[in-house]
Amino acid sequence: MKATTPTEDLVRGIWKENPVLVQLLGLCPALAVTNTVANSIAMGLATFFVLVGSSLLVSTFKKVIPHEVRISAYILIIATFVTIADLVLAAVVPVIHKELGAFIALIVVNCMILGRQEAFASRRPVGRALLDAVGTGAGFMIAMLMMGTFREVLGNGSILGVPLFGQNFEPWVIFILPPGGFLTLGFILLTFGWWQERKAGTPRVRQWPHGVATPSREEAA
Amino acid sequence: MKDLPQVESGALESPVDLDPASDASGPPPAPERPATSSGRLIVTLAAAGALAGLVIVLVFGWANPKIQEYRAMVLREAIQEVLNEPETVQTWYVVDGALSRTPAPGADTITAEKVHLGLDAEGEPVGYAITGAEPGFQDVILVIFGYDPGADRVLAMKVLESKETPGLGDKIFKDTAFVAGFREAAAPLVGVKKDGGGGADNEVDMITGATISSRTVIGIINHRIEALDPVLDESGS
Repeated sequence: MKATTPTEDLVRGIWKENPVLVQLLGLCPALAVTNTVANSIAMGLATFFVLVGSSLLVSTFKKVIPHEVRISAYILIIATFVTIADLVLAAVVPVIHKELGAFIALIVVNCMILGRQEAFASRRPVGRALLDAVGTGAGFMIAMLMMGTFREVLGNGSILGVPLFGQNFEPWVIFILPPGGFLTLGFILLTFGWWQERKAGTPRVRQWPHGVATPSREEAA
Repeated sequence: MKDLPQVESGALESPVDLDPASDASGPPPAPERPATSSGRLIVTLAAAGALAGLVIVLVFGWANPKIQEYRAMVLREAIQEVLNEPETVQTWYVVDGALSRTPAPGADTITAEKVHLGLDAEGEPVGYAITGAEPGFQDVILVIFGYDPGADRVLAMKVLESKETPGLGDKIFKDTAFVAGFREAAAPLVGVKKDGGGGADNEVDMITGATISSRTVIGIINHRIEALDPVLDESGS
């Protein structure tokens, strides 16, 4: 297990190991609810809250939770935070809550969150777990925002409901429908990979720079 | 290690006809660390579950009044909207084919069938706000509409709940031209293609690309009027 600095723990999840764009985790909400910017923000915030809350608790109680039932305990903790987020969203922003529908409840099975608990929070001090969760949560929000902006601008001609183009703009409806989620993710990953490759200075494709199955350094350890 | 399942199956052999295949599955892989007692596992999970339950109950206690309040507000606003801002609104329950100020004995006031009667400043009835729900393209569409039984006219329509396809079916509440088509439309409504009707006052222009959703909305209103018209006419308003 390679030692990491606190800054590395924080920054890693934001870009270099972005959960959606690099690790390809948490794709269900990233594909399903990024059809508008407002939904992306709400989903990003809810996931951020659940991730930070459960990382804190898991890291705090890592010595108390028996190894045999750790996954059940993580799920229990995550599910509690998700229910809280669900109720709070319903009470505070009912309109957005209605739009997100079942996808708030589905944060429970978001493998990005469970992955951070198993791979990081359950083995590190509370402070580091917090930094890691904040970084990963921020990375998730960035990815959600990228997709949400792309899809709302092309699919509805607006940002946060404010029309960008004139009356004559014919919205590219496919981008706010489910297939548009896949197309958008594909384009973003393509750009991301191309950019990474250029930065690395390799002219030919040797391998996908961030293989799906390649675990991050601590996970491999 | 190999002895373990055999001992177990031996003990169980006579009372329970143990499937021999279960022996083949072998013992579970050896744990890397000393096994924790089952008691501790159960106690830990039970305690965590109880705590989680407590937290959720507390949050629910805080959130539920706000959620109910929001629902009531949405309904109140919708009634105002579809009845053109009446002075007062009365709730009437439909009991045995007649209107009654009180629900049938034992009925739940939330789920009981009811209509909302709007009265203007002089106390004259302006119409009833009626809700109706039917399956649309994706999920059930919940609609509220104002209805004047004397003139057999729909006053206005508003979609309360719908999960119709974003960008297509959701035009049943986002497309203002479609919603405006219900204003002062004569009942029963007839859905026509955009600019395809003869201009009769019971025609509602449907939405291109959202035929099923538009048809459902029109259907809900027609069916509810059909069901409630005798009741409302009897009340003499």
